[in-house]
Amino acid sequence: MAAEKQGLSRRRFLKVSALGGAGLALGVYLAAGGEPVKGPVEVWPEAAGGLKPNTWLMVGGDETVTVRVNHTEMGQDVATALAMIVAEELEADWARVRFEIAPAESVYKNPEFGAQLTAGSTSVRTTFEPLRRAGAQARQMLVAAAARAWGVPEADCRAQKGRVVHAAGGRSLSYGQLAPEAAKLPPPDKVSLKDPASFSLIGRDLPRLDAEAKATGRAVFGLDVSLPGLLTATVVHPPAFGQKLKRFDPAEALAQPGVLRVLEIDSGLAVVARTFWQASQAADKLKIEWDEAGRIDCDSEALPRRWAGLAASAEAKKLYGLGDPEEAAKRARRSLRGAYELPYQAHATPEPMNCTAHVRAGRCLVWAPTQHQDAAQEAAARICGLGYDRVEVHTTYVGGGFGRRIQVDYVAEAVQLSQALGAPVKVVWSREEDTRHGFYRPASYNLLEAHLDEAGRPLAWRHLIVGPDDKAQTIPRLVSSMVPYWVPRGPRNLAGRLSRSLAPRFAAGSGAGEGAAPLPYSIPNVRLDYIKDDPGVPVGFWRSVAHSQNAFVVESFLDEIAAAAGRDPLDLRLDLLGQNPRLKRVVELAARQAGWGEKPPRGRHRGLAAHDFHDTLVGCVAEVSVSPKGEVKVPRVVCAVDCGLAVNPRGVRTQIQGGIIFGLTATLKSAISVRRGRVRESNFHDFPLLRMDEAPLVEVHLVPSVSPPTGIGEAGVPVIAPAVCNAVFAATGRRIRRIPIDPRELTRA
Amino acid sequence: MISLEVNGKLHRVEVDPQTPLLWVLREQLGLCGTKYSCGVGECGACTVHLDGEAVLACVTTAAEAEGKRVTTIEGLQGPPAERLKQAWLEEDVPQCGYCQPGQIMTAAALLARNPRPTEAEIEAAMSGVLCRCGTYQQIRRAIGRAAQGSGHGG
Repeated sequence: MAAEKQGLSRRRFLKVSALGGAGLALGVYLAAGGEPVKGPVEVWPEAAGGLKPNTWLMVGGDETVTVRVNHTEMGQDVATALAMIVAEELEADWARVRFEIAPAESVYKNPEFGAQLTAGSTSVRTTFEPLRRAGAQARQMLVAAAARAWGVPEADCRAQKGRVVHAAGGRSLSYGQLAPEAAKLPPPDKVSLKDPASFSLIGRDLPRLDAEAKATGRAVFGLDVSLPGLLTATVVHPPAFGQKLKRFDPAEALAQPGVLRVLEIDSGLAVVARTFWQASQAADKLKIEWDEAGRIDCDSEALPRRWAGLAASAEAKKLYGLGDPEEAAKRARRSLRGAYELPYQAHATPEPMNCTAHVRAGRCLVWAPTQHQDAAQEAAARICGLGYDRVEVHTTYVGGGFGRRIQVDYVAEAVQLSQALGAPVKVVWSREEDTRHGFYRPASYNLLEAHLDEAGRPLAWRHLIVGPDDKAQTIPRLVSSMVPYWVPRGPRNLAGRLSRSLAPRFAAGSGAGEGAAPLPYSIPNVRLDYIKDDPGVPVGFWRSVAHSQNAFVVESFLDEIAAAAGRDPLDLRLDLLGQNPRLKRVVELAARQAGWGEKPPRGRHRGLAAHDFHDTLVGCVAEVSVSPKGEVKVPRVVCAVDCGLAVNPRGVRTQIQGGIIFGLTATLKSAISVRRGRVRESNFHDFPLLRMDEAPLVEVHLVPSVSPPTGIGEAGVPVIAPAVCNAVFAATGRRIRRIPIDPRELTRA
Repeated sequence: MISLEVNGKLHRVEVDPQTPLLWVLREQLGLCGTKYSCGVGECGACTVHLDGEAVLACVTTAAEAEGKRVTTIEGLQGPPAERLKQAWLEEDVPQCGYCQPGQIMTAAALLARNPRPTEAEIEAAMSGVLCRCGTYQQIRRAIGRAAQGSGHGG
């Protein structure tokens, strides 16, 4: 909600920027009123038969209901949630419901972005109404077909669990039986949706549709794609960002068993072999000289000092303002300041980057674990010089996305190699390449200042952010895939070039400031400023984007205020949430469930945080213990969540739990550091992930709601760092202003 | 040439004996349930059984597996394993699913040698298998559920 008000929401911004950046294309797009969209006949396979009322679902003669999921299933359980929405209105028999991930088609675009893109926790939010209508449309056709078959009024027939029932006549027909006749009827334009009070699937804890495939090893991830004659390549990227290949000697690599080619591609040097093992062994034998000229001059250890200097001297861009903080400061009884630092972060998806492509006979086929089908299609079309109708993108299961797979660098590599070799090629990165060639969550430096009244309430709040901006870098990379399909190659490329020069200027701060303002708290004078300083390390969208940074900063500093004013952190928050009853309720629920105010178990201490991530409200209490050596353990976390109507509460709870674990890795364990333009970490020994013996028990309590559903894939991440660090303060009196927590800081005398 | 007994079937594969078992399974035998994630024995995604013991296939050579019974997620069977897989579904454990074969293989080896593990024993056995999605809570419950149903004393 915060960012929406500011007009800086990531999705809206991307959409607007994409069109704005497209320049010429914009006018054409508007004049044409959008783009041609395919109907059910084109998107469903011809041989499938059955009822295909729309592009979202198909009812087969075998009673199976197949739901097309226009988002990537990467663990967030979107497939089950979207299928539930369809099945609810269809009155389907849940046991007969299947899903398939939609191919790249304009009809499956995410309206928030104008692209087929799984990001921003938008999947359920954007499909809830369309999928309900799609299900209802099919239900009405099936009822009409039954009524016609029996010669009775439709009003006397009722759909229920995969059948249409005529109670008065004591008869019923199954959806499979009705499908052929229903398919002959025109799909109704007007549909009547169910009263949410009568939902029988939505709101229930239903198991994942993909659990069995994943528990038996049958789920096909990108890395598991297999084709006849498939070659495997691995890519060696420049060790430092900005470097280019100068010269190389492939002789020794080529002499290795199974190795077919060593090829220079745009992103580096590829070794092509029969198998990945052969390719990766041979890659170690390459003799490569990299050009030093373009190497970025970045040493991440030096960034906080550099940014502190800029904060004191450079001109800042105003991102948000309320009231007059300077004037208010004069009336304050006391003031406090704090500087907060956050490092670059890697996605560390368990499945390394990979993609399979086959360029042949004027077509390009792509199998990719990607969050961004349109960008994958655009990359392939651009490289091959093909129209979109000649590029097929098949989305596999995805071994972790977290935003990394919004970028499609690995797709471009596979397509380039398949084109060069005239054979199907699977590109597989080693873990080391994956760790060192990400699009990282930006590092940032934050200067906070608060001025308090007699009661310890903040009269004025100032927040200055210094660092790179994820959107300023990402928009130019992705713009050409967000231009409508029919725009020819020339203007499309021009849009990309234009946005490369415009976005860094205009988008600056729109990413970095997300989640920092407006504040959910009643503070009358607020100012958020930004100084862009980008050392050139590739940055991108990381689960919950800058909310992961700004929630830490805001909620920690609020805790500092409470401590300075001698107030209980819960009490101060509730006091400041008078105008925000939804968040207040969430904070109260989390506190109550955690036993805030009661004495915690021996050796444990509690910390509190709350955050609003795109209208999903989360309150969080962490219980921590700190050993004499400064080791922080987090045995228990309690969350309260208001995400509107929870389509599948079980899925909501596990996503919040997962977000907490993801955020804890960044709070306690891992960071990306850069020296001389090179990422120092390489694998899980130096970028460790939270393990089972370190994982808390996470309790999730949902606020009952009938408001439209919001997103839950990211909302768990932002709250955990401040909740833990506030608990560490309660335990030790030490304020953590830099994460991951360094135990040495807690033992320092 | 190496002879490998995988999931009860004997295979003769033309491969450098120093090739990690992981890649023999995935690239020679087409058994892709065993996952590559770190390649250096840090994450457990590639866990398989060698004569019933959990091993990391990315740091086990084909030569080391020769003459032993190799079991992968595709071949995991028997009543305790079936109970475990059932518990996995009942607790709805997977998220992205990528680490899950490694988790299940590790858990199955644990239950085979210790049918009623304590919480601490579960933690000790499972903490080498990383899950970026954070399904640990569900994994604990699934193992506990499978152990409950084992009928063994303990």
